[in-house]
Amino acid sequence: MKEVAFGQYYPVDSFVHRLDPRFKIVFLIGFIVAIFVASNFYGLAVCASVLIAAIAFSRVPFGKIVRAVRGVLFLVIFTALINILFHGGDTVYWSYGILCVSKEGILFSAYLVIRLVLLVVCSSLLTYTTTPVALTDGIESLLTPLKWIRFPVHALALVMSIALRMIPILMDETERIKNAQKARGADFESGNLFKRVKAFIPVLVPLLLSAFRRADELGDAMDARCYNGGHRTKYKKLRFSWRDLVGALLGAALITGVVLLRVYLGDIV
Amino acid sequence: MNAIEFRGVDFSYGGDFCIRGLNFSVGEGEFVAVLGHNGSGKSTLARLANGILRADAGEIRVFDTILDDKHLFDVRKQVGVVFQNPDNQTVASIVEDDVAFGAENVALPREEIGRRIEFALRAVGMEEARKSTVARLSGGQKQRVAIAGVLALKPRVMILDESTAMLDPRGRREIADVVLRLNKEEKITVVLITHFMEEALLADRAVVMNRGEIVMEGKPEEIFARSEELLTYNLALPRIGLIAKSLREGGMSVKDTLDIEKLADEIAEEIVCGS
Repeated sequence: MKEVAFGQYYPVDSFVHRLDPRFKIVFLIGFIVAIFVASNFYGLAVCASVLIAAIAFSRVPFGKIVRAVRGVLFLVIFTALINILFHGGDTVYWSYGILCVSKEGILFSAYLVIRLVLLVVCSSLLTYTTTPVALTDGIESLLTPLKWIRFPVHALALVMSIALRMIPILMDETERIKNAQKARGADFESGNLFKRVKAFIPVLVPLLLSAFRRADELGDAMDARCYNGGHRTKYKKLRFSWRDLVGALLGAALITGVVLLRVYLGDIV
Repeated sequence: MNAIEFRGVDFSYGGDFCIRGLNFSVGEGEFVAVLGHNGSGKSTLARLANGILRADAGEIRVFDTILDDKHLFDVRKQVGVVFQNPDNQTVASIVEDDVAFGAENVALPREEIGRRIEFALRAVGMEEARKSTVARLSGGQKQRVAIAGVLALKPRVMILDESTAMLDPRGRREIADVVLRLNKEEKITVVLITHFMEEALLADRAVVMNRGEIVMEGKPEEIFARSEELLTYNLALPRIGLIAKSLREGGMSVKDTLDIEKLADEIAEEIVCGS
């Protein structure tokens, strides 16, 4: 089976794994806010050290984290290049036409790249340390207030967890169909972008058909197991523990720290 | 009392009748194999028996409860169905979460769900895999998890709708062992729908379907003794039966049998006596 970084739970027992998924989701949001509030390298350094500590406590191997970043490597490099070349500034090292490499540009692009990497790493850490079911349970629980406006929170959570469950299956299926089409002479590797996208249509159509067939069967299997969308109980109940309290204090300290750093040390450029 | 009873059931998917005037019953605790080639209506039978499909005419009873809108969920709790493709019947990524799904649907208390998961996984021999990711299991293991998911509802009848069709020989054997044990030890009534003739040998009774009707019925050995008739319904004998038959046609005096040991003994005897 192909390894997919997104939605791949890394099963070990750790402090971070045991945190309440609701807390982890809220912490992630808080962390992302902190990343955006941080206006200088000191703020980012604080964020990064919190994240590194979280990774250390999660016992997720470093290679897994790197893999998650590798997935967005193109975006990272692209962002860096654009900002180095077009940002402009006072201390110019090199310029040609509208292109201009300056000290400010380099600093700013480093700042953006760190932000981006932190964002990707913290979100993937969430999926590495939280089972899809815990994640959707957490989202369901956090969205409970929406039940008041008759929003089908439970159905949404179930849809999400099934979607996560189907990702590896559909990846396998895509690979299988691709091989089948290759055997019939399809060419996915050459030609321009347009041609390659077009070559993918004979893969997408059977994939879509099979997904519908699977959905139909899954529906029957759920019916057979007495699913009716009505009242049901939950085997896994979410519970806050002292770990979540520790985490919450850490989170609050993080945001306060980053805000203070922004106020007292100002912007990067 | 019959576990499942069909009385004059008709069903069509909109065109021709897929099941016509079907009378079929399964006794409590019985193990029945339903055989038939593609399109014989055997899978429709499974979907009718727990109300996924609705009969156009006739009556279906499960433990004397008539299957209708009012009793749909009572019936579904009694009749579990395991389908063909294990990938298309697991809803959760982790084994125990998936097994819990059915028990959660009928709103059991948490402690009871925990006990049911334990019971179901033990019954299919998958206790160690409780926290595993479903996607990483083998086909046979996935299908055993699917069976556990049904068992967690503690059904009295289990219908396996071609549940071994997508498995390799080892997976098929795993499922056959589990099903046989459930029938003998947990006293669960089993309806095994299959086109693998070998599996039918495990059953107390075999039923052959063709074009929506039951055309043969009896003990598996009796059915397989009528090999010419089976061929007209596009079904072939189990391998052992075929071997015995061709040996006899080749001039050896072996009896028709489906038991590999018996056949081996007879061949040995024949060789000793012959020489």
